[in-house]
Amino acid sequence: MKKIIALFALAMLIAGSAFAETSITVNGSTTVLPIMQKMIEAYMKANPDVKISLSGGGSGNGIKSLIDGSTDIAMASRAMKDKEIELAKSKGVEPNQIVVAIDAIVPIVHPSNAVSAVTLDQLKKIYMGEVKEWKELGGEGPVVVISRDTSSGTYETWEGLVMKKARVFPGAMLQASNGAVVQAVSKNKNAIGYIGVGYLDASTKALPVDGIMGNAETAASGKYPISRDLYIYTNGAPKDAIKKLVDFVLSADGQKIVKEAGFVPLTK
Amino acid sequence: MALARKTKDQIIQNIFFLTALSSIIALGLIMVYLFLEGLPIFEKVSVTNFLFGDYWYPTSDPPDFGIFPLIAASVAVTLVSSAIAIPLGVMTAIYLAEIAGPRSHDFFKPIVELLAALPSVVIGFFGMVIVAPFLQETFNLATGLNLFNAAIMLAFMSVPTICSVSEDAIYSVPRELKEASLALGATRWETISRVILPASLSGISTAVILGMSRAIGETMVVLMVAGGAAMIPTSLFDPVRPMPSSIAAEMAEAPFRGDHYHALFAIGIVLFIFTLIFNIIAAHIAEKHKQVGAATL
Repeated sequence: MKKIIALFALAMLIAGSAFAETSITVNGSTTVLPIMQKMIEAYMKANPDVKISLSGGGSGNGIKSLIDGSTDIAMASRAMKDKEIELAKSKGVEPNQIVVAIDAIVPIVHPSNAVSAVTLDQLKKIYMGEVKEWKELGGEGPVVVISRDTSSGTYETWEGLVMKKARVFPGAMLQASNGAVVQAVSKNKNAIGYIGVGYLDASTKALPVDGIMGNAETAASGKYPISRDLYIYTNGAPKDAIKKLVDFVLSADGQKIVKEAGFVPLTK
Repeated sequence: MALARKTKDQIIQNIFFLTALSSIIALGLIMVYLFLEGLPIFEKVSVTNFLFGDYWYPTSDPPDFGIFPLIAASVAVTLVSSAIAIPLGVMTAIYLAEIAGPRSHDFFKPIVELLAALPSVVIGFFGMVIVAPFLQETFNLATGLNLFNAAIMLAFMSVPTICSVSEDAIYSVPRELKEASLALGATRWETISRVILPASLSGISTAVILGMSRAIGETMVVLMVAGGAAMIPTSLFDPVRPMPSSIAAEMAEAPFRGDHYHALFAIGIVLFIFTLIFNIIAAHIAEKHKQVGAATL
């Protein structure tokens, strides 16, 4: 037994000293985080010589650290803004965009809510504060609108795909993460919120939009109206260890993980 | 030998001086950074429109940077929580300093202090999971995450501050005053309300203001339980979004050195000015009404 431990320690030592150089940092969107987390767990199991550190500070944060060089891969639930690309170029960073998965955002209500379907137009009116009573949609009670912080990628997509230039009214309540929205909606029978399809669980009820339920198939086929691409960014075309990781993310095995995490895999 | 002793003394003195200086340097650097990052927003929006604008849409195109609803929310939450925390804190302090015997004092005091040690995220979670559904059911509200809930949770947090500073103030009222009052035939209640409280009023005011400044700057609790609607509250049960919760929720995703980022730092400046004013008032009251022996009353 002792011998085995000693051998193991020796092997670790050799492995450690031979490959200690390879470390990758990944930072950014909390929407992409659960995907990358599972990816990296699987990747590191197969490649124990690579050390990857992962953190989720939001899309803006990830892009920020890609620009200042403190991260190798930035995760983002939105495309980089022109201003950010300009700033990156002025610092000698060439942002390289890679689509890794598709996200579908679904409206959710309390399971006891009698409303069972909405249209895109109704959602827009609810979030503009024009629909105040569930009665108008076949339910009962006041409508409590839950939205995300205005700088999250999820909010941006919602604003772009549902609100279409109209503003979410100031009376909408703010939650700072997908998990917090689920928590708030599951605790309030009057509430409506929206989350990435990966965060859907039995504590809330998802509503089909324009007659189409948001899920992997409808998002991949483009039928579901509220879906978006998720990205990672690298500095220039990925090389060496980073390329290997990116190739894994885009491989069939990697895309299987995307599906397991509750998102929609890329179809080629 | 004498010289060596003197040098040694000097060195130690300098070390302590530098240690004391470090907190001033830290404060100075933070202030400089806060202003450097916050002031650029005022090239895009005037100070008046920033402070009194009704709409906060930092990421829209064109954006709106009006933080009046956020200021109103912070002020409302602080006032309501003070209305709950001041009577609780001051009365507990009176009980501890004047009424309680040594045994119950030793029982209550550590518990009040333990309340101060509760992490704010725990208090926030309590408010979110227990108090919010309770409020919603009891008062038949649209949502339990609102101004009132946040005020209760903040009151929890400022009671220990108010209580322990007030207790010190009451405790430091000279014994002669109390004894004289009792000797003149005043009851215990008359002594407390007419002699001890007026004598310790400055200390209690300081306590109250410190408690309020803790409430206005608190972030986690209001982020979790205040509801987060950027609207000027019209009722006690409206969801609101105080300044710290906007900063905390939005900072992570705000584009680095963009307008939104600068605007969030500018909210930080406003918040800093609020707490600074509170602290100056507290220091001023404490200095002006300093109790020096019984003669000053």
